[in-house]
Amino acid sequence: MTATIDTAWYDLFSRGARDLLRHNSKVREAVHDHLPELIAGPDLITGSATRTVQVPLRMLEHARFRLADSRARAGVGQGRGQPGDVLQTLDPARAGAAEPGKGGDGGKGGSADGEVSLLLEFSVDEVMDWIWEELKLPDLKPKPNTRVDTPELVREGLDKHGAPSRLDRRRTAKEAIKRRAAQENPVPYVNGDLRFRQVVARSRPSTSAVVFFVIDVSASMTELERKLAKSFFFFALHGLRRKYAKVATRFIAHTTRAWEFTEAEFFQVSGSGGTIASSAMRLTLELVRAELDAAIDNVYLFYASDGENFTEDRGPASAALTELGGMLNYIGYIETLPGMPRTVDTEMRRLCGELQRRGLPIASSVLANPDDVWRALRKFFVQEAGAVAVDAPGGPAR
Amino acid sequence: MSACRGGNGELADYTARLEALAIELGMDFYPVHFDLVPASFMLEIAVYGLPVRMRHWSFGVSYLHHLVRQHMGHSKIFEVMFPGDPCRAFMLEQNSLAENTLVTAHVLGHADFAKNNALFTRFIAMAGSNILEQSAARSNRLERALAAHGQQRVEAVLDAALALETHIDVDQPLHRDRYAEFVGLKSAAPADRFGDRYARLAGEADVPANHPAAQCASPHAAQGAAQRMPLPPRPEPDLLWFLAQYAPEMADWERDILLAVREEAFYFQPIHACQIMNEGWASYWHARLLREAHFLPPDLYLSAIKAHSDVVRPFASGQQLALSLNPYHLGFSMWEHIIERHGIEKARQICREEDDCGFIRNYLDSELAEQLDLFVYQARKDGDTSIVSRDLHAIREAILAPKFNFGAPCVTVSSVGADGCLELRHDHLRDGRGLDLAQAERVVEYVARIWRRPVSLHTVDFRGVIRVLPTRRNPP
Repeated sequence: MTATIDTAWYDLFSRGARDLLRHNSKVREAVHDHLPELIAGPDLITGSATRTVQVPLRMLEHARFRLADSRARAGVGQGRGQPGDVLQTLDPARAGAAEPGKGGDGGKGGSADGEVSLLLEFSVDEVMDWIWEELKLPDLKPKPNTRVDTPELVREGLDKHGAPSRLDRRRTAKEAIKRRAAQENPVPYVNGDLRFRQVVARSRPSTSAVVFFVIDVSASMTELERKLAKSFFFFALHGLRRKYAKVATRFIAHTTRAWEFTEAEFFQVSGSGGTIASSAMRLTLELVRAELDAAIDNVYLFYASDGENFTEDRGPASAALTELGGMLNYIGYIETLPGMPRTVDTEMRRLCGELQRRGLPIASSVLANPDDVWRALRKFFVQEAGAVAVDAPGGPAR
Repeated sequence: MSACRGGNGELADYTARLEALAIELGMDFYPVHFDLVPASFMLEIAVYGLPVRMRHWSFGVSYLHHLVRQHMGHSKIFEVMFPGDPCRAFMLEQNSLAENTLVTAHVLGHADFAKNNALFTRFIAMAGSNILEQSAARSNRLERALAAHGQQRVEAVLDAALALETHIDVDQPLHRDRYAEFVGLKSAAPADRFGDRYARLAGEADVPANHPAAQCASPHAAQGAAQRMPLPPRPEPDLLWFLAQYAPEMADWERDILLAVREEAFYFQPIHACQIMNEGWASYWHARLLREAHFLPPDLYLSAIKAHSDVVRPFASGQQLALSLNPYHLGFSMWEHIIERHGIEKARQICREEDDCGFIRNYLDSELAEQLDLFVYQARKDGDTSIVSRDLHAIREAILAPKFNFGAPCVTVSSVGADGCLELRHDHLRDGRGLDLAQAERVVEYVARIWRRPVSLHTVDFRGVIRVLPTRRNPP
């Protein structure tokens, strides 16, 4: 018999752990592809940008050819009993192959793997970076005559004179070294070595924006439709946050009347009865007029609805939207429509299409399933940034 | 021998004396090299099947499952032995002296089996007797491929290769030639007498008469023109070999990975095919060696024999019924029964010539099945688990069902189109039902990524209606 003495190196690394890490990074890639379904927690929109999204996931499975499950599984057991005897009801044990090695677990073979799942955490910033990279979205365009109001001191250049508090020690030391290298009998520092940072006053354009989220909560909007709207709102808001230093949010829900809500309430409310879109438009108008200066403030409106609107409301809604379109940076209309696409334009689609043709900054998109959120985002952001509006292939809008 | 634990000197002493005793009792094995290893190393062997093996993310999943199970105390692996010359055995360093004495005797039983069983000796004759070094070398080549070609491309090949791991044809040699290119040109003379006799059997002409190759071959043969052999000439079950040999635009390093996985599958196949025999044989020998090792102190013998009865017991403690067979228990009982009836020489012959299929079908008799209280049960997905039969044939077939064809569904390459499309066919009649379609679709995707042409698979769904995968031609 021979045996090695030194097996300590076995502990030094773990192939299993390394492959597990690779698995986890693959899971991240997979998550990447399913973002809209994952953003489900409440209050996500007004939460801080540093917050994270936790996603419970199942382990990835490496596929193999295997037979389909049959209704009944046969196996060999051992013990007393007659044919026909019932051994278990609603079988929890899964008699798999026996354990490798000499585990010798003769009882319930391979019972309860414990269905291991992972809890991954993503920061919202990371998620947004993925999306922008994925969709290649341009940055937004603030209003051209944006108010120039916040003066700011910006560091610019160096000088030999300045306030002691602005002394740049690294640069000073460098200068001293250069000088000493050239001199015969160098002294450590002379006044000529000193370097001071200079600052200049600049005025920075205010980059704040207000976003109105409007949702139709009439009886025809189901839970699924709201979830779609919510994912879209979430990503749209974070898209705006990438551009503007401060983004304020307002939440408005309407049925035949419109109310302003907090975010938490906004996604919980449900109304009944019919739909009058103009009620929400008018409320938005009032708020904009009362609190904002449409000429200089960046204001965005995103409106989610299933497209139903009373026919009698066509005139008022059109008027209100036209007025809003003149004041706001951009209006995005999304139609939530799970299931089959409709062949005929809905009331709201037709209205938005008409206004768009008249040159107002408005666009509409249809959300039939979570994947459409990307397409809609791309459409809105590309168009708003003033780039050539390239619709994603197969995009629903025309 | 390691001096880090008390009793290892004694273990070395017992090992030498057990080996001498084994030879005295007529056992025949290559030398065994024993290592004491930590639990983490044992865990990796359980996950990878080999101590140093090619890396792939799917092992990470299995690693986590094992880790969880180990923490919950469900499984403890006492030893692993890799056959070869010398054999390499790894024992857990936390084992007690009594346990490791038992394990040593058990490993000698495995070593004897591996040197004599036909499947094992065939593999060693084809691949050589240093599986661990070869596996480590393959792992090294994979690392080089990763460095040279990047994770994405290497993983694409390994995804496909490991998904098809069990789809090999062990009746063919490990190093196998490509098909003859033209009809009528024999690729090579039949390699052995059996092949020669088989080829001359009625109905075993090289190409079946109704095969398109035979039909279109005849007119051309008259003109004397060489006719290309269809690809493949007959349905090919060795998917890994076929992909490696015939995939269009396959780079050498990709072929190397496929063939590396195939070679490891050839190594794992005898272990899978002889599990009951092999574990039973080792259990028989460790029990016998301990019984006849009069040099062991009585208390150590008692602890070791207690560990033995834990290993070969049919039920979990406190239970009277098991819904899975413990292969140690079944194999051990069968070998005891055989040796009692027919003597040790007959047992050694069985050990040389059979695998589990022959072993169970020929030597699990009604007396033993009754004695062991074996039964066939049925677990309905939506309800009860009940005993359906105590019929001997049903029991045998239910034991063997997971062992056929290396435990894999029977999928063959049926044709390669003129445009390079690969067509796979699942023999659903043989397997009794269709494939799990969702899984199969993903495997077809893996294969298509390295075949680089469209790949389709014929199987049936749960109603028995023919389904051709992939259902979407172009995945988005």
